[in-house]
Amino acid sequence: MPPEGSVGVVNAKLARFEDPIALKSGARLDAYELAYETYGTLNAARSNAVLVCHALNASHHVAGVYADDPENIGWWDNLIGPGKPLDTNRFFVVGVNNIGGCHGSTGPASINPATGRQWGADFPVVTVEDWVEAQSRLATFLGIVRFAAIMGGSLGAMQAMQWAISQPQRVAHSIVIAAAPKLSAQNIAFNEVARQAITTDPDFHGGNYYSQGVVPKRGLRIARMIGHITYLSDDAMAEKFGRERRGVELKFNFDVEFQIESYLRYQADKFAERFDANTYLRITKALDYFDPAAASGGHLSAALASAEARFLVVSFTSDWRFSPARSHEIVKALLDNRLSVSYAEIDAPHGHDAFLMEDPRYHKLIRAYFDNIAREVSAS
Amino acid sequence: MMPSATPASLSARPDFVAIAKWIRPEAKVLDLGCGDGSLLRHLQEARGVTGYGMEIDDANVLACVKSGVNVLQYDLESGLSGFEDGSFDYVILSQTLQAIRHTERIVNEMLRVGREGIVTFPNFGYWRPRLQVFAGNMPVSKALPYEWYDTPNIHLFTIDDFENFCAGHGIRILERNVMVDGRPVNWMPNLRGSLAVYRFDRA
Repeated sequence: MPPEGSVGVVNAKLARFEDPIALKSGARLDAYELAYETYGTLNAARSNAVLVCHALNASHHVAGVYADDPENIGWWDNLIGPGKPLDTNRFFVVGVNNIGGCHGSTGPASINPATGRQWGADFPVVTVEDWVEAQSRLATFLGIVRFAAIMGGSLGAMQAMQWAISQPQRVAHSIVIAAAPKLSAQNIAFNEVARQAITTDPDFHGGNYYSQGVVPKRGLRIARMIGHITYLSDDAMAEKFGRERRGVELKFNFDVEFQIESYLRYQADKFAERFDANTYLRITKALDYFDPAAASGGHLSAALASAEARFLVVSFTSDWRFSPARSHEIVKALLDNRLSVSYAEIDAPHGHDAFLMEDPRYHKLIRAYFDNIAREVSAS
Repeated sequence: MMPSATPASLSARPDFVAIAKWIRPEAKVLDLGCGDGSLLRHLQEARGVTGYGMEIDDANVLACVKSGVNVLQYDLESGLSGFEDGSFDYVILSQTLQAIRHTERIVNEMLRVGREGIVTFPNFGYWRPRLQVFAGNMPVSKALPYEWYDTPNIHLFTIDDFENFCAGHGIRILERNVMVDGRPVNWMPNLRGSLAVYRFDRA
């Protein structure tokens, strides 16, 4: 049974696009497929669509469950569903797996039509701009001219921002949660350690491991462990694990001694089972390359000059990956452009992952914001 | 700093009505300690301003979002460093100056990011609080509804004090509106007025 307030059983769909997409790297994809899900009903005016963009580890499976996999609950199910803050009784919600992904959209494990074999290392490096372009084509395919809102957390929030910059007419509200306008050196450093873990795994084979019948699981596991540490706050870890041990007696060896070690290993195992290392490399690169201000001489305000959307920016006090100060940079640039913006700093203990948690202050805020959007939609 | 205790209805806030009269249509307004956003909402509807409120309290931030007012959850004690010089036509601080720790800094910042500042405050020189102090107790009234031990108001001052402050800090008073029970007070305002509203700029 799906949990209460869930959109229930959902189906992933696949849209195929034959119009080539020119990527920021200079590479080109002649054709590609996007896996997506939708919840709720697009109204007659096609004005109630909300796009939810995913972050590093997620997919188009945003809410609900699959009939054949009832344990696989959408990654933002606590926020999205009938009667939930993003209410699928009122909004038509779209989740999409980005290109380069590993959940159904064209990515490194897809067949390269030029060779008839899996892309592997040859799959191009993709960027947030490329994703937004592909998402906009999906929107057109779904008959959506303008989104009532585009929302995301973390890397998803970067896509919501990029939409407002590169497709200003197509987004009424941009909801930017736990974001940064670009990665810091420390952020890039963590990503690089994760990539090094993968690329130095003997099973990586330069990215062409599919044909070798192996998976660079060791590297992917370590990458996930590093990532996971950056998603949690020191306090959250202390609260959840502290120095709690697995056994009573110290073992004085390198087996699991503390619960946190056990947790990280478990998360890593789970992740390495379902995620593709080539995708992980590309998504971390997309994060590193995201810097909308770069094209405007480093001035974020200038980069956002094209934006017309109204913004809601949310940060979490304990998020040290993308701290509130990073959101302040975004807010300042929006203010410089006299754009409509509200900013909330949620005092939550969970760290970066707080954007996925069910904090009442956070969810009330999102609900209130979407209530207003719903009023606009029904008034238009 | 404490959240401003803002009554919900505009009619309960004669200072809001006074402020609204001063604001030019389409102006860009920053309201520091904006409470539930009722002033900004009124200014948006009556004056078509582009407004932002600054507010630290979670419940007030939510109230602002609910009423469609742009709100920024910043602590105004930590400064307005996120704003460029001259970003706003008006920076408003209503019923909050007396609760701010660094008075000089906030007033200077108001006039850095805004062309004009507007403040409203309860006049400690009003005869009622004077009488209460004379009778031996710190004043408690509708305008100053706190006991001495739980008040967020750490810098109580009078109309005369404020005007001396302005004179000493290169601030030019452009307009003044002193009231009692919502009615204007022109004669002996420092004694007869309970609420003061000022508009000022850099001299």
